[in-house]
Amino acid sequence: MSDSNPKNFKTDLPLDVARWGIPSTYDVSVKRDTDDIFEDSKVLVNIGPTHPAMHGAFRCMARLNGEIIEKSYCEFGYTHRAKEKLGENRTYHQFVVYTDRLNYCSALINNVTYAMAVERLMGIEVPERAVWIRMMCAELARVIDHLICVGINAVDLGAFSFFLYGYHQREKAYTLIEKLCGARLTTSYTRIGGLMADAPEGWEKEVKEWVKETRAVVDEMDRLLTENRIWLKRTKGVAIMNREDCLKYSFTGPNARAAGVDIDLRRDQPCMFYDQVDFDVPVAQTGDVFDRYYVRLEEVRQSLNILTQCADRIKRGPIWADDKRTRIPEKDQVYNTMEGLIHHFKFFMNGFNVPAGEAYTSFEAANGELGFYIVSKGGPAAHRMRIRGPSFWHYQGLDPMIRGEYIADLVAALGSINVIAGELDR
Amino acid sequence: MDINTPVKTIYGGHYDKYLPEWTMVVEALQSEFGDFIEEILMPRIAATDVPIIQIRKSGMMAVLSRLKEGLGFSFLTDYTATDEESEPRFRLVLQLMNPTTKARMRVKIRLSEQETSPTLIPLWEGANWAEREIYDMFGIRFEGHPDLRRILMDMRWEGHPLRKDYPLRGYQVFLTPEPLDPELLK
Repeated sequence: MSDSNPKNFKTDLPLDVARWGIPSTYDVSVKRDTDDIFEDSKVLVNIGPTHPAMHGAFRCMARLNGEIIEKSYCEFGYTHRAKEKLGENRTYHQFVVYTDRLNYCSALINNVTYAMAVERLMGIEVPERAVWIRMMCAELARVIDHLICVGINAVDLGAFSFFLYGYHQREKAYTLIEKLCGARLTTSYTRIGGLMADAPEGWEKEVKEWVKETRAVVDEMDRLLTENRIWLKRTKGVAIMNREDCLKYSFTGPNARAAGVDIDLRRDQPCMFYDQVDFDVPVAQTGDVFDRYYVRLEEVRQSLNILTQCADRIKRGPIWADDKRTRIPEKDQVYNTMEGLIHHFKFFMNGFNVPAGEAYTSFEAANGELGFYIVSKGGPAAHRMRIRGPSFWHYQGLDPMIRGEYIADLVAALGSINVIAGELDR
Repeated sequence: MDINTPVKTIYGGHYDKYLPEWTMVVEALQSEFGDFIEEILMPRIAATDVPIIQIRKSGMMAVLSRLKEGLGFSFLTDYTATDEESEPRFRLVLQLMNPTTKARMRVKIRLSEQETSPTLIPLWEGANWAEREIYDMFGIRFEGHPDLRRILMDMRWEGHPLRKDYPLRGYQVFLTPEPLDPELLK
């Protein structure tokens, strides 16, 4: 091709025609890519379920005309573990560990949201220190999730070193999480009405140091990639999901904000102490791969700001709510008193009763709105435990997003919406 | 202490903030679609966090399109179902949000076991997969759905796992791989 921009043949058309208007018999109004020897040859391409570019076990079948995707459909469910069914057959306490395996890149956010959902049904208020720690957890997890999303997206398009910068900080963040709860990936850190353990002495200072480092690294990552010409050509104007489509397909989170849907539940539906901290909500307008990348990168900076503010304001204090129903007995009581031992067994074997009622509790997870719709009819297990994972709705938007794009851009589009199989399949 | 205890750190001012809008919407729906509305449960009175509007299946499309177009609840946050184990057996549950004010509402539709429901794809294209998931998990069929296949389970699976009478343990064996989906070959 003589032109330096390989996508130039589409740009003089209205966006709708370029994206949607490629019919199954190739439209003559669309200029042809004369170098494409495979043009007009219909090929079915199967990607996945185990393909390095899919980031999880899901599958995408695409019908190609030359190199352009005419139609595609997605299949998933390979990691379906029936979490919603398990939620109806485990006690509320036992279900905490299952929430880790939803979006495993940001397990702490799932823990926090689930704990909030049950606490809301029970009318429990956790003490201030626990709330601040939970906020810090959520923001740490968000930074990790965004770093891995933009990193992997860049790896898929060939920018490997960019990923390593983020990966290093991510590793350090996992070490911070390990200091909280002993686990790195599957944290199970929250309990209903409190936390598994208090943050160690000086933890918030370490977080602040890490924030300082990460800020410099994020700026470096920004300088490294954002202005890169190859990166811009691969991402600008690629896989556009505009505002109307985002609302139609229930996009939330960074993917929707990249298209100008100005909704951030941390700001618009403040829970915890998000109304007391100062942060901006980055919003882009186009909704292409680049915007999704840049919104995420900017959100990392905002999360780092929130982390500093939390670290400044966190104070010593109790981490358990003053509620006998959900309080796990202390170990010295369990080992030394009969009542404590009985309580311990009753708690873990039978669980606690949650009053009848139903609530949909949602929180701005790294990918979008994570919601738990819990219907309780009394008793220790839920009647219905519905998990609204943002990836489910984002993955549905992949087909309209990539229609009329090159097959190579499918990888860019998929990486940019950050579909996580654990959350998609539940 | 239950759902109606205001918890400061979990949307503490939620109720006071949205009560005027909820009342306005509920009154508008009642005056317009009085026949189609079976029951309205308001928070603080019933055990719920947001108003639940239970509507008849016959008025489903009318009420939902009014909620979407005129009353601002244009964002389908979630679409799912529950199995109530009593007649009528199923409830379709829609979580709606107003993207401007961020008020939320819940709409429920009662369905008996053999009943089908009209598809909501004309209103929200995103309902497509949600309906497939409801079909997969509960066996509720949607009239007019273009592609009502299982979405999470294997295509050849028998039974609908989230029904309350579905056994917790057991397995189904398939000796051959899943056949290629005819959908793409069209």
